Amino acid sequence: MSGFRQGKARRVSQNPAIELVGIDKSFGAVHANKNINLKVEKGTIHGIIGENGAGKSTLMSIIYGFYQADRGEIRIDGKQLTIRDSQAAISAGIGMVHQHFMLVENFTVLENIMLGAEGGQLLAKGVSEARAELKRLETEYGLDVDPDAVIEELPVGRQQRVEILKALYRKADILILDEPTGVLTPAEADHLFKVLKVLRDQGKTVILITHKLREIMAITDEVSVMRRGEMVATRKTAETSVEELAELMVGRRVLLRVEKGEAKPGKVLLSVKNLTVKDGRGVTMVDNVSFEVREGEIVGLAGVAGNGQSELLEAIAGIRKPASGEILIDGQPIAGADPARLRALGLAHIPEDRHHMGLVLKFSEYENAVLGYHRDSRYGRAGLLDLKAMQAEAVEKIAKYDIRPPNPLLKTANFSGGNQQKIVVAREIERDPKVLIIGQPTRGVDIGAIEFIHRRIVDMRDAGKAVLLVSVELDEIRSLSDRILVMFAGRVVGEKTADAGEQTLGLMMAGIAA
Amino acid sequence: MSTASVPLPNWITYGLMPLLNLLVAFFISGLVVWWIGENPLEALRLLIEGSLGRGDAIGFTLFYTTSFIFTGLSVAVAFHAGLFNIGSEGQAYLGGLGAALVALALDQYVPWYVTMPFAVMGAALFGAGWALIPAWLQAKRGSHIVITTIMFNFIGAALMVYLLVNVLIVPGKMAPETRTFLPGGQLPKLDWLMAWFGLKLGPAPFNVSFLIALVMAFLVWVLIWRTKLGYEMRTLGISPSAAVYAGIPYARTVIIAMLISGGLAGMMALNPVMGASARLQVEFVGGAGFVGIAVSLMGRSHPLGIVLAALLFGILYQGGADLSFEMPNITREMIVVIQGLVILFAGALEYMFRPTMVHIYQRFKRA
Repeated sequence: MSGFRQGKARRVSQNPAIELVGIDKSFGAVHANKNINLKVEKGTIHGIIGENGAGKSTLMSIIYGFYQADRGEIRIDGKQLTIRDSQAAISAGIGMVHQHFMLVENFTVLENIMLGAEGGQLLAKGVSEARAELKRLETEYGLDVDPDAVIEELPVGRQQRVEILKALYRKADILILDEPTGVLTPAEADHLFKVLKVLRDQGKTVILITHKLREIMAITDEVSVMRRGEMVATRKTAETSVEELAELMVGRRVLLRVEKGEAKPGKVLLSVKNLTVKDGRGVTMVDNVSFEVREGEIVGLAGVAGNGQSELLEAIAGIRKPASGEILIDGQPIAGADPARLRALGLAHIPEDRHHMGLVLKFSEYENAVLGYHRDSRYGRAGLLDLKAMQAEAVEKIAKYDIRPPNPLLKTANFSGGNQQKIVVAREIERDPKVLIIGQPTRGVDIGAIEFIHRRIVDMRDAGKAVLLVSVELDEIRSLSDRILVMFAGRVVGEKTADAGEQTLGLMMAGIAA
Repeated sequence: MSTASVPLPNWITYGLMPLLNLLVAFFISGLVVWWIGENPLEALRLLIEGSLGRGDAIGFTLFYTTSFIFTGLSVAVAFHAGLFNIGSEGQAYLGGLGAALVALALDQYVPWYVTMPFAVMGAALFGAGWALIPAWLQAKRGSHIVITTIMFNFIGAALMVYLLVNVLIVPGKMAPETRTFLPGGQLPKLDWLMAWFGLKLGPAPFNVSFLIALVMAFLVWVLIWRTKLGYEMRTLGISPSAAVYAGIPYARTVIIAMLISGGLAGMMALNPVMGASARLQVEFVGGAGFVGIAVSLMGRSHPLGIVLAALLFGILYQGGADLSFEMPNITREMIVVIQGLVILFAGALEYMFRPTMVHIYQRFKRA
């Protein structure tokens, strides 16, 4: 059955496996995909590369039916299709392997593979058929895995293989893999690539989403680059280079130069020593990192998103417990302290993700303006909230930071992204902290607000604060920072001055040169 | 397109939608009544008359309402902190033990108004105590609060039967209940309040605990929207990740929210135990804890909404009892079906009409 489909696929291979025409998708004010056109040829491995937040996952979710595009067409094998849900995607022959596996942990491999395709009310028949089919897939693609093993007892690489088998079992001709190597050891990744090549040679089409340039170079036939929601280029892998891709990915944007004088660094206020941080699965995200930030300087942490900057920031902010190492604020060891105590010690944190951390979107503006500082006696004594004091202060900040609309009672979700970010920035900066750590200060923020927020950050530096800045926008890092540290794969791979060339930094970020 | 994020004016969310849900529930109930061969309009008339038509009817309605306000508030407080407390039933049951012990200890020595504050504290303390272990397990061990509170309902029921049969029973009597409290251990009826409106309370057990319930509704409002603890609970309930960022201690907030929730459930016992039967009896809670879940859902976890929803369920309880008496075809079980429909539409399906409302509202706004 599936052999027949493959044969047919080969005969009509003049049609691309997937063609996207003018796909457009917005989430509120965020324009995640802008007029995307893409052709993926049959029997190829097609890489889609771009930084986190470039819109890759949104695009794939549209293909897989999780989201509906606002505009545009999807053509599978030349036929226009409306993919309402993942069921429709599966019947169109699309299989997806998610970054976070969609497996039932305490089911066996066989049970997981059958899930949703049991074939009838009684299991017995389906089980024997599935077992036979699994055997066939195993010999055809070299995907060996014990059908009776329980998922949670398998190593991550094997679990991923089960995800691939799941897709193949549902007769997928097009396989989408979202950041498949993020959780794999290098050896497991090599094995995955071998499998993908076999799949391609058997006539399957593979779409590989990643932000790792090396993987693209190693196994893809073609590569498309996404940046800020746009598809900026498609190249034959053989005809491009790591340098070109790095440049396309990071992009050359008109520099938003921030006027600032010479930095006058003083004593060390934030010091990180041999810090190692692991994520929930025990994967090392920050690997033995050491650096210092002095008063009166801005240190930028550059890096392609997903190389440990977020985890580093969270560890310093007390949100994530470090596995080992030391963090000192003004000489005081703080590793493992909770965010409330860190605030008291003079650490302010503008988090990367304002929607999930920096703000409670259902709260009114004035309620968010005190988040984290709400225990302070200026907002009420004896456990009560002094709404008048809170609102009066909110009105002041709204005026000072030009937050629009100027209404402290408005629900925070109803502010635009830039104004939401200003609420966070105002809250953290106006507390006059010693150390300010900032993640993605201007993600999803309009130009006017970007300039304003940049200005405030420089003001903080000039007031003698230590500022640590994490951003995936290389321009932002370059225009604000006095020193730039580059992170790659959890390590600080180098330090440069602010006038380092974009090319140099881009290569370091891609892990090519130090 | 998802419509969940489209804002609707409050009068639609808090006025029109609950009303619509209620109408649909009544409509379907009417169909059921019609199907078993009775006149739905007549049934509705009997239900309204039986719950609001006479002084004693109103008294019974408000008696039930009082219990539902307490349990509704209990569920709401936990809900604001992101916790689904299914255990109000058991916490109320244990609260009865607290209230009864105070009443038994004091009723011979002091008048009711001296006993009352201690009884309130006793009921709240025992209710909170029964919530403590599930709260601790949730906060420190991640055992899901829904499971543990359900289990504690069963444990509580068994414990209370044991105590009433073996310990608190009056020697030589057959009924598993305590002795009758003297007037010093009883909460007086609110005849005077009814008299203001020219109504006679008659035998209905409408009592002072109604006023306590209203005070608690106000205090819960203060707690949730005017205290730092309430702010922290709401932050945790809406966005656990923002709570981590803000340094709000998870375990402490969960435990305190559950203690308050359990305490409110415990106070429910004041109404039947000290306000009506003047003794502690087996199964006096009678499902009020579970009704509290529906009341809290329907009242959108807001104290004012809870008072109104509790009143509605009071009407259904009292009017339903009267209805099954007047229309023999409509059995007690039928009333439970009708209540179930109201819970289904007003509680569980509370957002069923939302997408439609959003579409109508948007078209209306554009025009």
